Amino acid sequence: MLRLEPRAQTSALWRYASPLLALALTVALGVLLFVALGKDPVRGLQVFFWEPIKNAYAWSELIVKGTPLLLIALGLAVCFRSNVWNIGAEGQFVMGAIFAAGVALTADANTSSWFWLCILLAGVVGGMVWAGIAALLRDRFNANEILVSLMLVYVAVMVLNYLVYGPWKDPLGYNFPQTKTFEAVTQIPKLMQGLRVNVGVFMALAGVAGLWVFLFRTHAGFAQQVGGLAPDAARYAGFSSRKALWLAFLVSGGAAGLAGALEVAGPLRQLTPFVPAGYGFAAIIVAFVGRLNPVGMVFSALLMSMFYIGGELAQSRLGLPRSLTGVFQGLLLFNLLACDTLMNYRLRWMRAERTN
Amino acid sequence: MDTYALLWAATMNAGTVLALASLGLLINEKAGVVNLGAEGMMLCAAIAGFATVVHTGSDTLGFLAGMGAGALMAAVFGVLVIWLSTNQYATGLALSLFGSGFSAFVGVNYVQAKLPERMHFDIPVLGDMPVLGVALFRHHPLVYGAIALMLGLMYFLYRTRAGLVLRSVGESPESAHALGYPVRRIRLWAVIAGGALCGLSGAYISIVYTPLWVEGMIAGKGWIALALTTFATWRPARVLLGAYLFGGVTMLQFHLQTTGVDIPTQFLSMLPYVATIVVLALISRNPKWLRVNMPASIGKPFVPN
Repeated sequence: MLRLEPRAQTSALWRYASPLLALALTVALGVLLFVALGKDPVRGLQVFFWEPIKNAYAWSELIVKGTPLLLIALGLAVCFRSNVWNIGAEGQFVMGAIFAAGVALTADANTSSWFWLCILLAGVVGGMVWAGIAALLRDRFNANEILVSLMLVYVAVMVLNYLVYGPWKDPLGYNFPQTKTFEAVTQIPKLMQGLRVNVGVFMALAGVAGLWVFLFRTHAGFAQQVGGLAPDAARYAGFSSRKALWLAFLVSGGAAGLAGALEVAGPLRQLTPFVPAGYGFAAIIVAFVGRLNPVGMVFSALLMSMFYIGGELAQSRLGLPRSLTGVFQGLLLFNLLACDTLMNYRLRWMRAERTN
Repeated sequence: MDTYALLWAATMNAGTVLALASLGLLINEKAGVVNLGAEGMMLCAAIAGFATVVHTGSDTLGFLAGMGAGALMAAVFGVLVIWLSTNQYATGLALSLFGSGFSAFVGVNYVQAKLPERMHFDIPVLGDMPVLGVALFRHHPLVYGAIALMLGLMYFLYRTRAGLVLRSVGESPESAHALGYPVRRIRLWAVIAGGALCGLSGAYISIVYTPLWVEGMIAGKGWIALALTTFATWRPARVLLGAYLFGGVTMLQFHLQTTGVDIPTQFLSMLPYVATIVVLALISRNPKWLRVNMPASIGKPFVPN
């Protein structure tokens, strides 16, 4: 029978092979699912893996969805590497969007064309404030950050709903729960006419470079991670776990808030109840599949963006529910966690003998 | 007076939802395993139970389907966490994310579906009492089931040998292993039991409490149930009490909405979530208070060598 045998050392090969194997397993399960639903599996794969990259427009859409995913995942990587479990990025994203919209709504025709920088800054602050609550309650009250950050997602969504159904509702909006469309001057600069992709992608890529330098080339980045790997060693070395906690939450909250601001002032142009699109949760998967490595997360963000677009296309082209995206995202994370076992264990055929 | 009786009845109903799930999670946490997948299991159980009732017309089969769905998902989680030593938090999250996607996917055709006529329950004689009859004796059997479950769990955990073994597996898996108990198998069964009860709770929501199916309808109740085990410092009686308390908060919010208090509905809807945060902060403030009853090996994998 098959047995797991511990490896003496973590396998470097499987560190990189495991996400690929997990993806292959997810695709295989996807094919089975398509067959079971009586859909052409080749068409299904096409919709998920070819349509999102077939031309410039498709790439632009891929990047539009990939940018917030990558930004949020970069922040979460700092958290997860320092053993801080912020799973409320969705709420920080929403709060960033709310703060950004609050600033964007004050713009009029005479506003400076650099105003979008203020909007993004407001988004960062919004995300930090929301993450800061979880950090504060953890720090001062020892409250579990998983539960607090998650509960704050629901609260943020309620605040959003209050604003768009109440004080911020567009009086000329036919009673739809939405704010008025922001002034043209607040638009985040686009990279090309006719495509939705904007300068946010450069911020995400700058974030990748910045995070790489921080994690692997600075003392502060090292201190930040030791607490996650070996809390006792960190304490002995005098690295403050409180500092690591606050830094992790503020960085990830700020990144998620920036993503929210980019989203609302970029493609959306107004606040609606549909701002929370699940990016904050999908980014958790992006972070893990990208091995919490800044460069790896670029690829996993694009992959997760493909899942989003594929899900939308599966709805319009194949008549499948859009929630297929969530199914595949969840499966991918499951498969990854299972495949990661191969990093520390090897599979061995052994003669069946009862131990234990 | 009758308004308060109805409010109390509604509180017990809402509390039962949380109590079933939270008592289930208590079992696996007592064995040392935290399952953050509660929300996902409850969602899948809700649609499994709902769809079963739509097709068969039998509530009992619906509850069983919900329990089965929860147990199955918990078993997958358990094998990953216990045998493959994957991170409990990450794996639980995966279960929640998968569950919300999968339930939405499967449930898409059931959004407009209607259940057969709902039964009304009424205990003879007692149910006819003024005030108390409405408040206490006209509930769905599972409301009393949750109370029985709490009593049973108290007896099991603190008065039986098997309960002692379960707790020892959560306190010190090394010692339990040295004594010859199959730590990992015990943990797996605890996780499955927890999943089955979360499933029962999910099915109760879609079959009795709401009763309908909408995407994401659990709306954080799985997470609140998780928080409840901490509030209750892992004691079954306090879990039930906490569940009623939070059921009360939920119902208070509906009550205030219908009486037309001048507070925006969104702020009222926030109440259960904000209350969870506040209570969590207050309870966690004193680590000693928590540590007395917290299973010592909670969240940590155990690999026998």
